[in-house]
Amino acid sequence: MFKIKLPTWFVLILPAILILVAVVLIPLLLSLYSSFTPYRLTRPDTLYKWIGTYNYEKAAKSWVFWSAFGRTVLLLTIALNLEMLLGLGLALLVSRVTRGQRALRTVMMFPMMFSPILVGFQFKFIFNDNVGLVNNALQSLGVTTAAIPWLVDQKLAMFSIIFAEVWTSTSVFAILILAGLFAIPKDPLEAAKVDGCTPWQTFRHITLPFLMPFIYIALAIRSLDVARAYDIVNIMTNGGPARRTELLWTLIGRTGYVDAKMGYANAMGYVSIFMAIFFTIFFFKKLSAARAELGMAG
Amino acid sequence: MDINHQHRLKTRIGAGLRHITLFIAMSIICIPGLWIVLNSFRPTVDIMAKPPVWVPRGLNLDNYRAMFGGAGEGGVPVVQYFTNSLIISVTSTVIAILIGMAGGYAFARYRFRGKSAIFIGLLLTRAVPGVALSLPLFIVMAKTGLIDTHVGLIMVYVAMNVPFTIWLIDGFFRQVPPDLAEAAEIDGCTRWQAFWKVEFPVAKSGVASAGIFAFLTSWNEYALASQLTRSTFSKTMPVGLRDFTSEFTINWGGMCALAVLMIIPALILTFLVQKHLIAGLTFGGVKG
Repeated sequence: MFKIKLPTWFVLILPAILILVAVVLIPLLLSLYSSFTPYRLTRPDTLYKWIGTYNYEKAAKSWVFWSAFGRTVLLLTIALNLEMLLGLGLALLVSRVTRGQRALRTVMMFPMMFSPILVGFQFKFIFNDNVGLVNNALQSLGVTTAAIPWLVDQKLAMFSIIFAEVWTSTSVFAILILAGLFAIPKDPLEAAKVDGCTPWQTFRHITLPFLMPFIYIALAIRSLDVARAYDIVNIMTNGGPARRTELLWTLIGRTGYVDAKMGYANAMGYVSIFMAIFFTIFFFKKLSAARAELGMAG
Repeated sequence: MDINHQHRLKTRIGAGLRHITLFIAMSIICIPGLWIVLNSFRPTVDIMAKPPVWVPRGLNLDNYRAMFGGAGEGGVPVVQYFTNSLIISVTSTVIAILIGMAGGYAFARYRFRGKSAIFIGLLLTRAVPGVALSLPLFIVMAKTGLIDTHVGLIMVYVAMNVPFTIWLIDGFFRQVPPDLAEAAEIDGCTRWQAFWKVEFPVAKSGVASAGIFAFLTSWNEYALASQLTRSTFSKTMPVGLRDFTSEFTINWGGMCALAVLMIIPALILTFLVQKHLIAGLTFGGVKG
């Protein structure tokens, strides 16, 4: 009998590492390998044929791929910025309310409980050109008589998707920023008032810098699962009509499962993985910088 | 006098504007959800009516009855889906919390080489998009026979939740001063006892909030579940929502009914532990 004495910390993080290796790392290695093969689900033997970087070159030359890529970056940029600004605004509004604040905060958390797929269906229903709430309201109010094709027209469809995305995720920002607002020490605010700062100056130079770590936490948390937007888009338009709202994720899903071209889909999947990792590292860097500024580094 | 008056007027207009904006914002937050709830009680004729029927009439439980009814009447195996969702979410949450507690404790209390690299590596696994992960997972699970089983999905959700759980719990354990446990150890506790009797009670709310997040993530997940489940044996509710769609039409009423059923547990849970949720998010992140 021999016994190896492992350090305690290693024993403690071992289960986490094991499950992540089994469920994330091994499949990712497999997909990395298969992205260098012409693997098709319908023809298993294709998994053993090495074709080098052919899939990546194909993607790099594909206009469909680049437009989906550009659209994904655009969607994320617009949605994240909007969510941040609206969340900030909402938090500032709620923080000024004296009565019923708890209730407001509860209502604010409402969208967080909705499954993304449910959000997708909900807004598919609401933006439906025939029976949707939006068109019904516009027609009843006499704004328009036509059925506005919210999910068919390219610009309107992107708008609808961004609206749905912003609807679900603004609350994450609002709640975190609100918590930040409560944690602001009162002294500098009062000092600023005594020194004759305008409300804007106070906000710009005292409140906002203090809120930055909270904003970055929200961004970091969001960046960990931005790809959840896939569920929403998948249901609302599934990249259609005619690829007008195609995002990287819907493109990957369709190539992999519908066209069964796993190798090619995995190659594109890697591009999306690197994009996600880039976003995450970017926000975590910002977060630790903001923390350090406030002396909360740990 | 005049300046005073002007100032007061300005403040009052400002307050009024603020309330109006707040009201509009809250309406936008609430109306989509309420619309779903309302439509789950309306007959299909009313949902489809042109011109629209604004004043609700003939509200009934038909959609719910149909949903729980047999397969022939447009029903879906909703009880089965609900049970699947519940088993999978609860089990994966419990496991993720146990693993996350061990991991979070290690990161908060021990020093070792490559600590931050391992930490970031763990977190990055969470950033992998579900669709991109689902392709190879599908192949692996198909080969190992884990497709369409509870175990397969539970494993996936544990892996999904562990990184974030470790992040949150690590932040909470850092707030417990190490002296506390040391004092307990001097008084004759073992490390194990010191953990459960001294450190755990202090960090309890962090564990609770991590648990809620893990539960909500598993309860609501769709991208992976839609590929890794095949039959009623393991389909979860988010996947079940798709049963109401066919090639060209969607049974909106039925779908709304299932949606309500899906939101209720999440809603109850979140209300019960709201306070932990906010505390968890902020402390875990800011001071972590």
